[in-house]
Amino acid sequence: MSVSFLISQAKSVQKVIDENSAEIEILDQKIGDGDHIFNIQRGLKLVVELEDAIKDLPLAKALNMIAMKVLSGIGGSSGALFGTFFMTMAKSSDLDKDVDFNKACEMIISGIKAMKERGKADVGEKTMMDVLLPVSEKLNELKYESEFKPGLNEVIKIAEERMLSTKDMLATKGRASFLGERAKGHIDPGARSSQLIIDTICKSVINN
Amino acid sequence: MKKFINNKDDFLKESLTGFGKAHSDIINVNLDPSFVSRKNKTKDGKVSLISGGGSGHEPMHGGFVGHGMLDAACPGFVFSAPTPDQMQAAAEHVDSGAGVLFIVKNYSGDIMNFEMGAEMYSGKNDSIITNDDVAVEDSTFTTGRRGVAATVLVEKIVGSLAEHSGSLEECKKLGEKVNKNAGTMGVAFTSCTVPAAGKPTFDIGDDEMEFGVGIHGEPGRKREKIQPSKTIVGNILEAILDNLKPEKNEKNLLFVNGMGGTPLTELYLVYEDACQILQSKGIEVTKSLVGNYCTSLEMQGASITLLKCDDEILKHWDAPVHTAAMRWGM
Repeated sequence: MSVSFLISQAKSVQKVIDENSAEIEILDQKIGDGDHIFNIQRGLKLVVELEDAIKDLPLAKALNMIAMKVLSGIGGSSGALFGTFFMTMAKSSDLDKDVDFNKACEMIISGIKAMKERGKADVGEKTMMDVLLPVSEKLNELKYESEFKPGLNEVIKIAEERMLSTKDMLATKGRASFLGERAKGHIDPGARSSQLIIDTICKSVINN
Repeated sequence: MKKFINNKDDFLKESLTGFGKAHSDIINVNLDPSFVSRKNKTKDGKVSLISGGGSGHEPMHGGFVGHGMLDAACPGFVFSAPTPDQMQAAAEHVDSGAGVLFIVKNYSGDIMNFEMGAEMYSGKNDSIITNDDVAVEDSTFTTGRRGVAATVLVEKIVGSLAEHSGSLEECKKLGEKVNKNAGTMGVAFTSCTVPAAGKPTFDIGDDEMEFGVGIHGEPGRKREKIQPSKTIVGNILEAILDNLKPEKNEKNLLFVNGMGGTPLTELYLVYEDACQILQSKGIEVTKSLVGNYCTSLEMQGASITLLKCDDEILKHWDAPVHTAAMRWGM
């Protein structure tokens, strides 16, 4: 993981999220309050715009700037959760050394753990954690493997299955929790956007 | 979408700037990070009250900044929680040494962002969470009930105690009491349009209403055919009374709140219906508040809040207040 990797991933993710924005907006209007897609799009735009400011910075500093931008520029649950994710990654040790696949997995795992603590949500509650926690577990298995590409294909599969699994869940966290049975039958918009992000990044790592 | 708007990105900034100019005798508006604070510095030793939340509920919360109510308010984007840097900056700006009490409505985004703001602020602080909406059931398995219109009452009543030298602990205790003594439920006839979305949040038929609607247009208990006001008000009050169970000799504040698109004429009609129904049940209405205080953009609809009042609550309700949206006694 490097600063240029972060920038190029942010750009690819932005493209994919924009392409799927109508779907996410509709999901959120069904069971949330419709702001999720705008928050995610605003956040990605802000991060992509950081390119000139961060491209020559050390990784820890760049991650910290991304964290503060996400935290102050997005708002809503997404801002707090993704801000927490980047802030935690920025606090990882030895970021001045080469960040290999193993180290990058550890950083992502610790970032997702911090998001879980911030949002106090677990698997089965119809949130983005339904996708992120299983992905984090899989990365934990993968991190010592020398050949990680097959594993990343599994990560893509897990993210998709878990995203789809939120459809029939009752929500117990977030805005959708106020709906009771009426939230059933719709995929969680946060789970869908998280799955798209994971899908995009994994595919790009596999293809490089 | 028909709105007074120049471009979506500047919507909030332009509105906040206008708000600051219109009420420059009472408040200042700071942009980037945005917060509304009192024009006059908080007096030494007074606990500072800070609230905030997504915009689109005006006059809540900026309209309640001023003597006898809030010291600062942090507006987020429309229907999106504000960010931790706003809370941190507002706290640093207003804290006069007696500590900061954050008043937060019970939504995941607000809770997380206020929590982070509180962690980032180095001074003494505490928080209260409002969750007065009886439309959604409270249970250990959910985020719990939503914080809605009674937040206005909490801000007014705790604001007075803070003005009368209440400590941080005392302010928190009174705020929690007011929240516990209050129950709210709303009904919507139309949806609302978030400027960034450009189209209504939900579809609703001409002859339908959303019973138990949330203040962001979130669905409530059920979708029903529209009924006469007395029936709607009766159903709302039944849900509230089931929950609050006021005693016959207890004093109550009755608050009819407009969602933004319903005229005052109708809100007073709702108030009259509610008074009659409560009277028939032997429930005493001692204090009143009618108007648009906790809105949902241009949504047509109203919520009713009942607050059980003891002498402490009554005293602080009557105390002088001078804010952009609420003023009496001074």
